[in-house]
Amino acid sequence: MSGASDTAWRVGTVVEAHPETPSARRIIIDVDGWPGNIAGQHLDVRLTAPDGYSATRSYSIASAGPGSRVDLAVDKLPDGEVSPFLVDDLMVGDMLEIHGPLGGWFVWEPDAAPDAAAERDGGGSVAASARPVQLIGGGSGVVPLVAMIRSHVAADDSTPFRLLYSVRTPDDVFFSDVLADDGGMPALRVDLIYTRRAPDGWPVTPARITREVVESSVFPASDNPRVYLCGSTTFVETVAEWLVDLGHDPRSIRTERFGGTS
Amino acid sequence: MTHLDGNSLAGVLSELFRFDPTTASARCAGCGAIDVLARAMVWEGTPGTVVRCASCDNVLATIVESDDKLWLNFSGITAVEVRR
Repeated sequence: MSGASDTAWRVGTVVEAHPETPSARRIIIDVDGWPGNIAGQHLDVRLTAPDGYSATRSYSIASAGPGSRVDLAVDKLPDGEVSPFLVDDLMVGDMLEIHGPLGGWFVWEPDAAPDAAAERDGGGSVAASARPVQLIGGGSGVVPLVAMIRSHVAADDSTPFRLLYSVRTPDDVFFSDVLADDGGMPALRVDLIYTRRAPDGWPVTPARITREVVESSVFPASDNPRVYLCGSTTFVETVAEWLVDLGHDPRSIRTERFGGTS
Repeated sequence: MTHLDGNSLAGVLSELFRFDPTTASARCAGCGAIDVLARAMVWEGTPGTVVRCASCDNVLATIVESDDKLWLNFSGITAVEVRR
């Protein structure tokens, strides 16, 4: 699966497309020759207009493992060149140019051996699989983290997993079907932070994520967690700074920024 | 303009390298910091992409693309470590 040498431009056919949130769409694509992918990887989509103008954008993949189908959740950026087409106009049966799987850094694999990756993370001789995994996502930044959760569940992996997910309103939660499974997964805990509107009866007033919320929700630095943090650039840099302040080793924090808030 | 990070370089650079360059470690010519390219700061714009060191902001690399050509400047990187 997944080596960089497997990356190529391929043809994908849309096999499913339905609304995921009021602004986002879930799109499942069957990609001819796709070699499978590791949780956390992304792909590039290239659209070409009849006049030859083309635009390429990266999207995280919410699925992982072998097989030729990739699961995407695309948030519509009102001024975007590519996402409005994918969210509003793309139809089942349409074909897209897909490049991937891409990226070997922001990835998680079950049963990771105590290899060089762990050393680079500052894990020393501790097996990577013995270290808890803290996922932190803002908005659509949860997409690659969902792939990690699915990979974790599919492998029946015993690594303690937590997800801290900051989202505007209950309607904006991506992959609520996947996240709702945590009741049956003792090794996964999900903490939701609503920033603008919470469900009725929610005990906490909606507010932006704070350092105190991060401190009380994530595995403490003393547990030496591996942290995967993905969201808008502002979200990622704010939370990463708090984590380092709270004693987390910067080498244990992997980040992926998707730019402006959507 | 909001910046991205080196993860976003995986697509364009995979056209050139046999390995995934975002997991390669690069040494900054400005400050000597060594880190994986995925952790660099990336600005995408016109005419191209600017990659900066996350430690000192030095320009590590620039990438300019047209339909049939690619221009790379890696002059801000003095060494690269690649896993074999």
